[in-house]
Amino acid sequence: MSDELLSIRELDAHYGDFQALYGLDMSVNPGEVIAIIGANGAGKSPLMRSISGLLANRAEQIVYRGAPIGGLRADQVAHLGIALVPEGRQLFPSLTVEENLVLGAKVGRTGPWSLDKVYDLFPILRERRGQASTSLSGGQQQMVAIGRALMANPELVLFDEISLGLAPVVIKTIYDALPGIVGAGLTAMIVEQDISKALSVASRVYCLQEGRVSLQGRTDAITREEITAAYFGVDA
Amino acid sequence: MTGPRVTRATRASRIAMVLGAVTLIVLAAAPWWAGRADLRLMGEIFLYLSLACLWNLMAGYAGLVSVGQQAFVGFGGYMLFALTIFGGLHPVVAIAGGGVLAALISVPIATLIFRLKGAYFAIGTWVMAEVFRLAFAQIQALGGGSGTSLPVAIVKEIGRKKAMRESVSYWLALGAVLCVLLAVYVFLRSRRGLALTAIRDSEVAASGLGIDIWRTKLEVYVVTSALTAVIGGLIFLQKLRISPDAAFSVNDWTAFVIFIVVIGGIGTLEGPIIGTLIFFALRETLADFGTIYLMVLGLVAIVVMLKAPKGVWGLIRDRFDIELFPLSYRVHHPKD
Amino acid sequence: MTEWINAVVQGILLGGLYALFAAGLSLIFGVMRLVNIAHGDLIILAAYMGLSTTVMLGVHPFLALLIVMPLMAGLGYVLQRGLLNQTLGPDILPPLLVTFGLSVIIQNALLEIYTADPQKLSGGAIETASIPVGGLAIGVLPLLTFAIAVGVIAGLQWIFYSTGLGRGFRAVSDNQDIAQLMGLNKAHVFGLAMALALAVVAIAGILLGMRTSFDPAIGGGRLIFGFEAVIIGGLGNLWGTLAGGVILGVAQTIGGKIDPGWQLLAGHIAFLIVLAIRPNGLFPRIEH
Repeated sequence: MSDELLSIRELDAHYGDFQALYGLDMSVNPGEVIAIIGANGAGKSPLMRSISGLLANRAEQIVYRGAPIGGLRADQVAHLGIALVPEGRQLFPSLTVEENLVLGAKVGRTGPWSLDKVYDLFPILRERRGQASTSLSGGQQQMVAIGRALMANPELVLFDEISLGLAPVVIKTIYDALPGIVGAGLTAMIVEQDISKALSVASRVYCLQEGRVSLQGRTDAITREEITAAYFGVDA
Repeated sequence: MTGPRVTRATRASRIAMVLGAVTLIVLAAAPWWAGRADLRLMGEIFLYLSLACLWNLMAGYAGLVSVGQQAFVGFGGYMLFALTIFGGLHPVVAIAGGGVLAALISVPIATLIFRLKGAYFAIGTWVMAEVFRLAFAQIQALGGGSGTSLPVAIVKEIGRKKAMRESVSYWLALGAVLCVLLAVYVFLRSRRGLALTAIRDSEVAASGLGIDIWRTKLEVYVVTSALTAVIGGLIFLQKLRISPDAAFSVNDWTAFVIFIVVIGGIGTLEGPIIGTLIFFALRETLADFGTIYLMVLGLVAIVVMLKAPKGVWGLIRDRFDIELFPLSYRVHHPKD
Repeated sequence: MTEWINAVVQGILLGGLYALFAAGLSLIFGVMRLVNIAHGDLIILAAYMGLSTTVMLGVHPFLALLIVMPLMAGLGYVLQRGLLNQTLGPDILPPLLVTFGLSVIIQNALLEIYTADPQKLSGGAIETASIPVGGLAIGVLPLLTFAIAVGVIAGLQWIFYSTGLGRGFRAVSDNQDIAQLMGLNKAHVFGLAMALALAVVAIAGILLGMRTSFDPAIGGGRLIFGFEAVIIGGLGNLWGTLAGGVILGVAQTIGGKIDPGWQLLAGHIAFLIVLAIRPNGLFPRIEH
């Protein structure tokens, strides 16, 4: 227990009157890459929003490095070293590419990532650094969103729907970059619709269904059939 | 087999109706049992209640938050003076005429200021009120910037004796508040009222249902402008003297009205009634303190807005689940 | 002819003051979509703070700025975090009605402390000094006011587009949630924006107080002038706001030249004409 980076205990998340998560339990060890899969409405995004502080919860429901953080605001969570690459990129349209990246470093943590390192990872962004972020293609915007999260030098990065709406060739570029990102001792949780893509980079997987964990295990120890059953909620 | 019944009326609303009828008879007889000062105060209460109901219809139901309704109060007041002095009309006819004219001019005004969204709409209405104030101050025949009094001959058309005039003035105010309450109530129960509720809940969803939001809001704006002008006419029939600063005062005709509605409960029919009673109770006890009283009023309104956004009536309703004006539908499940 | 040119020049310079009224309004609307009905009353509050400072310390109004600006900025921060942040949300009623209540409170507090007697800040020789330019006499104070307005807008523009603070303002304005993820505490960012807006309000209040006499009741009118400058210029465009102020000022001085009673009316009419033909203002911000 004590060496877990993140522990989620009986997490109930609510959007107004709607309950999105029911007593979710989850644990993440340092250096792991966790895939979170599940159908639409299974509760993947509420989970991401809860961990990052965008959805308020009870403090003890989310424990990070032994400290309860469920009640913290998103900016406080960010300072602890948790970064979210949000669904749909969500760049700041009033900011240039470089300004988006620089803002990512606002939390003031030190570590391997810098503007130059991000530009080395995605060279196209160096060329586009002065442009309005909205003038980029979807794939380039995703690169900025990833780079922006890395600029915070986080310990835990949450990727929410990393390949949604992107062309296959772009998805490949981003997934090719992932090992280089998480290789440097980073812990990652990847929410993904494309199950095989997610499993290719993750060491463990959680499958969500209707706000509950329907399956969990090491990616090399569970079968496609088990995943399909957990994903769609039918008996295999 | 009986399914659930859907009703609007409740026991409380039926009791309220009976009590309302009794209260009405007692109020109508007030000239025979109330003193002059009380009669005057009650007339003023009725007129403020009318203004509060109308503002509440706009802001609380149609989402048109205006801080410029003094434009129409003053316009109605000036029309009373203009139409009687220059048009030779009877004062009551002049007041009604003021309402019609207000409805007419409110249409072009709306087409202009509806271009402003949300809070900017609010300031836009204030600009219009300023335009009215400055324009009427230019009309020398109505006394220009210093204003004018209603000629004695016209005053006498209301009643030969002072007591008679005061009674008529009181009855007109009572009649006006009844008309306004009834009009707002009927409007909200009509299809348009439902459309309004739909718009308040979600503009996107409402337009998806085929509701013409712009048109619905325009109708509310025109109707409230006309009725506000009528109330304005009655206010200055009580005062018998008008000036641009008094007619278009943002404090008297908008600030107080907003405080009444917010404290009583915005977006409810009962709220303005409670708010008016609280407002006058405070005013009669604290009026000697002048500016302090206004600061307290502003502070109370802020606290209510933050801590109890549905106002005093909202607190009462949540605690006792009652409704005096049956607007919401209630589902009764038959007992097994 | 010279008289008319003079009216236009005076109007342009007056527009600088109106742009100062408008800049703070524009800033807070841009960052947090808040329209502060008490904005005009805060301008008058600043003028009275300037009055008290000059009377107590015997200093020139410009020196009083050294005290009034930090005070107003501090007040803005406290006001935002203590009160106004709680009103922000999808519903427009709470911010509108709370700032309306605030307006009444400020107005009556000023009335209680300073009475309704008109006051004026004494600027000394600068008030009457003028520079002769080809038959016209251009007042030094109006000219200085205009120069300060240009400087303030350039400064705000620089803060917005070239500093980390401005980056934070724009990010929060774009998307509050995502800005929080970057470690920005939006309550604090909003507090800083209001502090900055009220620092500008302090400058506007002092310049207003030196130009004309003021009393507690005139705040609403200043709010309207600022608002009209914002709408004429186009929402979200600070230089447009300066242009809006100039148009409003020129309309007023020309109207006043025709008939003194028409001064304010002409300004409002200019605003309504712009609203009728260019509802988004003359220079709306181009969205990316």
